[in-house]
Amino acid sequence: MAEKVIAGVTVKVNDEGYMTDPSQWNRDIAVEIAKEYNITLTDKHFAVLEFLRQRVMAGEALTIRRVGSSGIVDIKEFYQLFPGGPLKVSSKIAGIMKPLSCV
Amino acid sequence: MGKIVIIGGGTAGTMIANKLYKTLPVHEWEITIVDPDEKHYYQPGFLFIPFNKKLKDKFVKPKKDYIPKGVNFIVDKVSKLEPARKAVLLKSGQELTYDYLIVATGTKPSVDDTPGLNGPLWQKEAFEFYTYEGAVALAEKLETWKGGRMVMAIVDMPIKCPVAPLEFVFLADAFFTQKGIRDKVEISYVTPLPGAFTKPVATAKLSELLSSKNINIIQDFYIEHVDNEGKKLVSYDEKEVPFDLLVTVPLNKGAEFIQNSGIGDDLNYIPVNKETLQMQQYPEIFVLGDAAAIPTSKAGAVAHFAADVLLENLLDMIEGKEPTAKFDGHANCFIETGFGKAALIDFNYDQEPLAGTFPLPVIGPMSLLKETRLNHWGKLAFEWIYWNILIKGRYLPISNKMSMVGKKISK
Repeated sequence: MAEKVIAGVTVKVNDEGYMTDPSQWNRDIAVEIAKEYNITLTDKHFAVLEFLRQRVMAGEALTIRRVGSSGIVDIKEFYQLFPGGPLKVSSKIAGIMKPLSCV
Repeated sequence: MGKIVIIGGGTAGTMIANKLYKTLPVHEWEITIVDPDEKHYYQPGFLFIPFNKKLKDKFVKPKKDYIPKGVNFIVDKVSKLEPARKAVLLKSGQELTYDYLIVATGTKPSVDDTPGLNGPLWQKEAFEFYTYEGAVALAEKLETWKGGRMVMAIVDMPIKCPVAPLEFVFLADAFFTQKGIRDKVEISYVTPLPGAFTKPVATAKLSELLSSKNINIIQDFYIEHVDNEGKKLVSYDEKEVPFDLLVTVPLNKGAEFIQNSGIGDDLNYIPVNKETLQMQQYPEIFVLGDAAAIPTSKAGAVAHFAADVLLENLLDMIEGKEPTAKFDGHANCFIETGFGKAALIDFNYDQEPLAGTFPLPVIGPMSLLKETRLNHWGKLAFEWIYWNILIKGRYLPISNKMSMVGKKISK
């Protein structure tokens, strides 16, 4: 397992740069990772990130639909906040694993 | 006399009914199974129907032939569960009470959740193969289809049998090749995930299958609606995929009564302890198979492995003990790759699918994450095992716990 220094903190990451220990995450790290995607984080972004982290910690599988019914953003807004693949991008910024299938 | 009610008489429900009936003393326990459908479908067979309509009759048998005679079988739909009263309300007005409840109502495609999917093109140029009727309708279409752009699109995760849409495009490639029209068909695979394969070892081992078969992958595509007039899929970020023939895996959802009873999540799956398979608030309620919101695949093999754990835990509860058996998320499935070959995967909550041999080291005889003819024969032989051993709750010499024996660990 590789390690990487993000915002001055040494964190564990996988081959694709996703953090493997969500407890090592903080807001400065999020700001730093978001820069890779040219995203400047706002309170709205952070509300989504906190939601994702809570759901993952509770053992739930995340889907774009779930984020869309979170009451924080609808799906269109989710795409606007994290363009491209909103769930994989937001997951990386939130310090959690990328959504996966069984294979 | 104690009462056990099983809601759902599909793969999971039938299997656990048989196991319970064999294990518990008949004069002490009354077991009841409720299901609105009298037919038992061999669901792994649905994948093959679109390419050979003749197979369809093989895959349907009466449920009652597979439910033990001493188990009550009520053909009815559950309208509501009242867990505080330990009561199950049926559509007919009948009420069942229980000491222990097993929910095994599975998951099914919900066409109406995607705007435009259930539109003018539905069952004409837009299909699904996760229901018997849907698979047959698609078979009839493919019999006369002359070619064009075929798009296999997954609406959202989680879905039942997550490898089935991949198998579908592999089999479609073989089907059109054998029909002599492969050059007239463009096959695309549309997924909301970041790729057709998302786990590192499976990606490395199986990705070349898609390119060698000339199948386009369109990843990170999240369908917002189906444009019937323009015959295209439109995503939330306004990308488009045109099609001449659409095959979808619609949004998968659990049973409606789960929603009515306020015990499920947003997709009507029931959150349970992923190791003991019990609801936290109501430990007398177990969930088996696809109806459970647990982080493993929705598949018959998972229900089969979980059933042994559930049985042990239910017996512990009956004896007044804490349930101790733990489900590890074990899943095992064949992946048909076309032209008489298949690959095999074996994994659990923590361990991604690896290469190697199964179930024994070196001699196998099955190969993991590798296309072989033997794996394909294994998949075909599985149908006999399903009807004669699996759902009858008979012993199958494969451990419910995933084993690392035979698997190759890299690094």
